[in-house]
Amino acid sequence: MMPIDLTRFPFVRSILVARGPQLAVQLAAVAGLLLVIAAGLLGTPVGSRNPATVLVWIAWWAALMIVAVPFFGRLWCGICPLPLPGEWLQRGALLRPRGRGRGMGRPWPRRLRGLWVQNAAFVIVALFSLPVLTQPRLTALLLAGLVLVAIAISLVFERRSFCRYLCPVGGFIGLYAQAAPLEVRVRDPRVCADHTTKTCYTGSADGYGCPWLVFPATLTSNVSCGVCLECLRTCPLDNVAIRLRPMGADLRRSAPVRIDEAFKSLVLIGSALVYAFVLLGPSSALRAAAAAVGSPSWLAYAAGFLLVTVVLVPGLFLAATRLGRSVGRNHLSAKEGLQRFAPALVPLGLAAWAAFSLGFVLTNASYILPALSDPIGLGWDLLGTTSMPWTPMGGTLASWALAAIVLVGLAWSSRHVRAVAEDLAGGVRMAIPVWGFSFLVTAGLLWVFVA
Amino acid sequence: MLRTSSEHLARIALALVTLAVPLAVAVAWWGAHRSTSAVTIHGRVSEAGGWLPGTLRAVVGTPLRLRLVSDDVVHGFAVGRSDAAPLDIPPGQVVETTLTFDQPGTYTFYCTRWCGPDHWRMRGVIEVSGGQPAAPEIVEPLYESLGIDIDAPHPASALPSVRPSAERGESLGIEMPEGFRSRQDFIARPPAETWQSLRLDSSTRGLSDSQVWDLVAYQWRSTTTDAALQEGQALFAQNCAACHGESGGGDGVIALSTPVPVSFGILEGTALSVPQGIALSVPEGIADAVPAAAATHLAGEQPPSPADFTDPSTMLGASSALLQGKILRGGMGTGMPYWGPILTEAQLWALTDYLWTFQFGETS
Repeated sequence: MMPIDLTRFPFVRSILVARGPQLAVQLAAVAGLLLVIAAGLLGTPVGSRNPATVLVWIAWWAALMIVAVPFFGRLWCGICPLPLPGEWLQRGALLRPRGRGRGMGRPWPRRLRGLWVQNAAFVIVALFSLPVLTQPRLTALLLAGLVLVAIAISLVFERRSFCRYLCPVGGFIGLYAQAAPLEVRVRDPRVCADHTTKTCYTGSADGYGCPWLVFPATLTSNVSCGVCLECLRTCPLDNVAIRLRPMGADLRRSAPVRIDEAFKSLVLIGSALVYAFVLLGPSSALRAAAAAVGSPSWLAYAAGFLLVTVVLVPGLFLAATRLGRSVGRNHLSAKEGLQRFAPALVPLGLAAWAAFSLGFVLTNASYILPALSDPIGLGWDLLGTTSMPWTPMGGTLASWALAAIVLVGLAWSSRHVRAVAEDLAGGVRMAIPVWGFSFLVTAGLLWVFVA
Repeated sequence: MLRTSSEHLARIALALVTLAVPLAVAVAWWGAHRSTSAVTIHGRVSEAGGWLPGTLRAVVGTPLRLRLVSDDVVHGFAVGRSDAAPLDIPPGQVVETTLTFDQPGTYTFYCTRWCGPDHWRMRGVIEVSGGQPAAPEIVEPLYESLGIDIDAPHPASALPSVRPSAERGESLGIEMPEGFRSRQDFIARPPAETWQSLRLDSSTRGLSDSQVWDLVAYQWRSTTTDAALQEGQALFAQNCAACHGESGGGDGVIALSTPVPVSFGILEGTALSVPQGIALSVPEGIADAVPAAAATHLAGEQPPSPADFTDPSTMLGASSALLQGKILRGGMGTGMPYWGPILTEAQLWALTDYLWTFQFGETS
């Protein structure tokens, strides 16, 4: 399938280039964020009745993982309200550039570049996720805290350093955005090479230099592109396109990914396994342990979480690639094995997260309307749904749907694993151990979803 | 010019959004708490604070509007010694009710749902003032007027070899001798003592020991009513079964799942200070009655398990007056709550009568 260039349609292009529509959506998102923070701080502390927890962790999370990321990639990052106050203060403007702005514009420290800080931020937030998930006040404080950190980072460091290097969700979305059928790319890199001012990176009167610190001409994947549309506005040569493409197109890159990106892929697979087991699995004792932050049982849970996500899953994967190297009679280094094969796990990881999120939303979606009907717990019944009982949806059919999603992810990943093995001249034999790893992960998920 | 004005418009829109949302929430919040005369009471499991506020004030004849909100699990709300049906309070929802008092005094409100191991601590008081105080009704508890020490052990002085049966006792067709007929006769004396007295009475000369025990069981049954037993059963299921077990064996779910969390703590005036900074107001007089046995818990001793009503060796040594006293006052060095401010006199006796079904009732 040839990519379809959406920006070739004048109407679509004009909507995307104009700042008004994007700002309108951003303001709506800011309003939503403020409502969520206010409800979290003032509303009922009952997690299942407060919009802070219900809208963020049930509605938003499901929409992100089941729809937005798989089909639109990083589009959410283009309207995410968390970095907007900082960005607006940094720029001194809401729309087009107006003067220097207020930020100090320092470059992000070289040592902290890459995904390592994001990986750590994700793991730390994940360790505390159950209390955050269930306690509206903590959710509100986390979101408000992220906004404040983003403001501070934006005022000291250049552009969207917060999103690029710190946001715990950003790295997550970026990794799986590679599977999405939507991309921002330059039409012809040679045009960029000849364009001396590189306004897409340096900025112009029409827009800002890439907030995500990416030179669009070098974009080969969605990992670091925040779909903010600035390059579309600043390119005077009409050389930037937003395209529909086959899903997973980024994963066919032949170059190895950075080791931090490979590690992220493995940490996220491990996290999906733990989350599915804890939140959808049969053990209420485990859920209680995950919620009892600071207790000995929580420490055991945290140790288990770290063991699985940081040691066990990456270790098993490393062992699989090393075994593949042996049976495929290849001279791949351990590091390169990770860098080559880890991207192939993106479809399986995305499927695991999508399935887990679908299971979670089916179980808990009936909390959404009651929470909206009485958003700050004052006894209102705005939608007539305040007393709607909790009704988990799905049943057996849903279990099989979750299993089917994971199996599609397995098949999709397996195809990529084979392609990588063949690229490395290791043949099918080299792919077999990595397939074994993928089967193991899939079996674990199926056990939770179906058994 | 055009650019500046669109930027200004955008800023106005942003200002509207950032001001409007918090302002709307704040106004709604303020309005809801100001425009109503209702008192909002938050309910949390005792470990997290119980009822907040725990003390309310009302005036005789003036309706007291309450907005009840549970901040965690399903709680129930009821006022002690009243006939009003308990209200369920689902978490996060607002339940409104109105109370009107016709007598001044101190009323206890309490949770009627087993919300947690310390459920019984979830109590509060309503101080009602004004109006003409009713003539002070000082009723000495029966156990006190009979001089019964409800904290002392009460082993049975005689035990049956088979489970006594009221039905068999009735079928004997023997008229109970004088001194064993009235309800007062039954509730004042432990069954084991009654059996010993009956055994010596000439009217039971031709009966076996077991048959005399059947007569004792019949004495209980003939001095209570079906309605009282039904009410007692319902009260037991609602208030006692979680610790004492549905079958009365002292093996309720809370007793099994956690050591009885008795920690009366230090008595300070009329408040029982308990761990985690929770303080429950206790009606005057009750705190004084909490036995010295509570001090054993301060020393870290594990309190005994809930009483086993199926055990004849202790039950048959207890009179109804003693059992009623234990329910009324609670304590005894155990986690037993005090039910005096909650249950009416009739309810206390109905519950006491029901306890004998674990000794004398039909096992089927």
